[in-house]
Amino acid sequence: MALLQIHEPGATPTPHEGDHNLAVGIDLGTTNSVVAISTDGNPEVLRDDDGRALVPSIVAYAPDGSAIVGGLARTLLLDRPDSVVSSIKRLMGRGIEDVKGLSGTLPFDIEPAVDGETGMVRLNVSGLKLSPVEISADILRALKERAEDHLGHTIDKAVITVPAYFDDAARLATKDAARLANLEVLRLVNEPTAAALAYGLDKAVEGIYAVYDLGGGTFDISILRMEKGVFQVLATGGDAALGGDDFDHAIAEHFLAERASRLGEKALTSAEVKIALMTASLAKECLSSADDGQWMLDVDGQQTNHKLDRATFEGLIANLVERTQDICRSVMADAGVSAPDIKGVVLVGGSTRVPLVRARVADVFEQQPLADINPDEVVAVGAALQAEALTVGSDTLLLDVTPLSLGIETMGGLIEKIITRNTPIPVAKAQEFTTYQDGQTAMIIHAVQGEREMVDQNRSLARFTLRGIPPMTAGAARIRVTYTVDADGLLTVAATEETSGVEAEVAVKPSYGLTEEEMAAMLYDSMKHAKDDMTVRLLAEARVEAGRNIGAVKAALAADGELLDPTERAAIDAVMEHLEAVLGGDDREAINTAAEDMEEATKAFAEKRMDRGIRTALRGVELEALEEGVSKG
Amino acid sequence: MTVEQFTAPPKTTDKPFPCWSCKGPVAHSTPFCGTCAAVQPPGQADHFSRLGLDVTFDLAERDLDQAYFALQRHLHPDRFAGKSAKEKSLSQQQATAINDAYETLKEPLHRADYLVHLKGMGVFPEGCNLVNDQMLLMESMELREALAEAEVPADVDAITARASEDIKSCIEQLSALFGADDIEGACRLTTRLKYLKKLAEECRARKVKLAAAAKTSNGNIN
Repeated sequence: MALLQIHEPGATPTPHEGDHNLAVGIDLGTTNSVVAISTDGNPEVLRDDDGRALVPSIVAYAPDGSAIVGGLARTLLLDRPDSVVSSIKRLMGRGIEDVKGLSGTLPFDIEPAVDGETGMVRLNVSGLKLSPVEISADILRALKERAEDHLGHTIDKAVITVPAYFDDAARLATKDAARLANLEVLRLVNEPTAAALAYGLDKAVEGIYAVYDLGGGTFDISILRMEKGVFQVLATGGDAALGGDDFDHAIAEHFLAERASRLGEKALTSAEVKIALMTASLAKECLSSADDGQWMLDVDGQQTNHKLDRATFEGLIANLVERTQDICRSVMADAGVSAPDIKGVVLVGGSTRVPLVRARVADVFEQQPLADINPDEVVAVGAALQAEALTVGSDTLLLDVTPLSLGIETMGGLIEKIITRNTPIPVAKAQEFTTYQDGQTAMIIHAVQGEREMVDQNRSLARFTLRGIPPMTAGAARIRVTYTVDADGLLTVAATEETSGVEAEVAVKPSYGLTEEEMAAMLYDSMKHAKDDMTVRLLAEARVEAGRNIGAVKAALAADGELLDPTERAAIDAVMEHLEAVLGGDDREAINTAAEDMEEATKAFAEKRMDRGIRTALRGVELEALEEGVSKG
Repeated sequence: MTVEQFTAPPKTTDKPFPCWSCKGPVAHSTPFCGTCAAVQPPGQADHFSRLGLDVTFDLAERDLDQAYFALQRHLHPDRFAGKSAKEKSLSQQQATAINDAYETLKEPLHRADYLVHLKGMGVFPEGCNLVNDQMLLMESMELREALAEAEVPADVDAITARASEDIKSCIEQLSALFGADDIEGACRLTTRLKYLKKLAEECRARKVKLAAAAKTSNGNIN
């Protein structure tokens, strides 16, 4: 670190920043997770002692709640399947009803729904009841530890990638998991966009590219334009419940059907399903290079042997791969491009190693996909580059879009779209609605996400009530609903009755997320230093704010200092020096007080500057008027 | 497209306002304070001037992209990740306004709609929608009927080709009409463009539907 740093006016020099300003990039995957860090534009994937970058996204729990993450947890999967969780990403932001749709061979022991409860699912693991957010937080903690071991100091900031097609609830769940793991999320970046950033910068490519990202549990396809450091997403699409896991399921079901035909039909045990899935995963990997193979299922003391060749395997997954092709075609149409316009197709995600996937991608884009990157690591590399860009600065620019349309429920269960898919974010759009009954004083605002026309075919995000509408005849009220999507892709909904000014605003949260109370309880359980952490954060914010203030006053003094007489100048200098002095300390109150003092001490100076500014502007107008030969009055 | 875009009052004053950060004067519609460099609220401006472009229908896509990228390079929230909450929020507002301007001007239909409004046809705050054009209604009904009867993808392709041909010529004519300041004529043509775009969209949906139907029937045969 440099001994002396010079800051631009308006920049915020914060004491003690140093290396602690480093932020990591995390690819939190369905099957594997990766953490990387970038310094001076050189991204590095962090590996264990054996050189492995991939941390299996598998967590084993002891009854006391302590967690083991990664390869060791995977080995426990065979011996103690009831205490191990895998593929938890598939349940992020999902409610009990959603999971019923997924059920069948899912290797999850889902806690039955409490009557009338629609919240997030919970799993039974080692006698514990855990939410996907808590389990993901344990994976993030392990990645954080890996980074901290590597760097030799604490890390508290990260860029985390999410599938582009993740809906609002799943994005929020990811952010909550980071919060539990004591990581501040600088930005949620879409996985294909992160991959494009890493690939584009590395290969210095320009033109229109497609990123085909088939991971363990999710599929994304994004079409981007890359040029001179700008990465502009033209359109994105996908399926948040389609990935290599589904290939495993297809094989596992095939094996289990064979097993049942030999041993006789009986109800499958959770252990049988878990072991069949693990075996299927091995078979899939093997058949990506070999033409056939043989596997054995050894569960509950009964062994069965299963042969599988590549043609049969491809038959089992053909319709899944075809689904990704259909989505690719529709996203190309959304982007307004056809296959010949696309200069290259970048493959991301471990599942793109399956030969059938590569062949089908080549079909749909009419070209051989690029295979010169590591499909497992490129997303984390992109996240690390973006983490550096956000903390240190950068010339690159990521312009992303919202993957799914955002709408509102109207009469008869229909959807009125407020923000359409593929709109660049951040975005804000407003629409006006009215009451349908005389004297109606409240209105339910129901925000949904998805492309279908009816409410029940889309994802419900949040429901809230705007109350206090003054009684009027039907159709007279003017209720303005504003949807705002931030750079993380998260939605906020606000509603105002225009004639009376009655307002309501929600950050979309309740439907499937954790409530604030649940979150608070977990934060308390998981870290005893929650309060310290908050204090540290508030102190950091106070420093940033005061630093900005000092910069602003210095810039003002440099520009308009001559408006002050020496006494006035000395007074301002004194309060500023005081603020600079306390800024280095740890006393937040002192910083805030000193900042207020400076605000007060510079008030008169600010007025003088405004007066002069307005006089100059008016003089400018008069001059213009004179020059145009127009006389005033 | 929202109503708001059309009801924004034109900028009326050149009087500077105080910078929220250093409290000194800042000229309107400048994104950064000239003194302390703090990001400012987006303020009111038409979409063209927000991007620093001339008010014209004949916008070169290249110029629009360049102006858009240049502004986002400085104002996108990614540039403010380490800044105070206030600066983050202002940057989001700025980036939102720039995205809105870009999205409106990028698409010829939205650009035409917006330009008609800007040029004084304030009577159509929701954009051009002249439903009393008999010729247009006949034409669109005829094409819709043909589309509904299309049974194979090739039939749809023929209609799609015709629609995109018509869209192209529509845009060329719009350019001439805006050039001649014939706003009423432009409004009429914008309505036509709207119908054509919708038709093109329906063609796409129809084709997807036909392809899906073909797939299921194949599946049954196998």
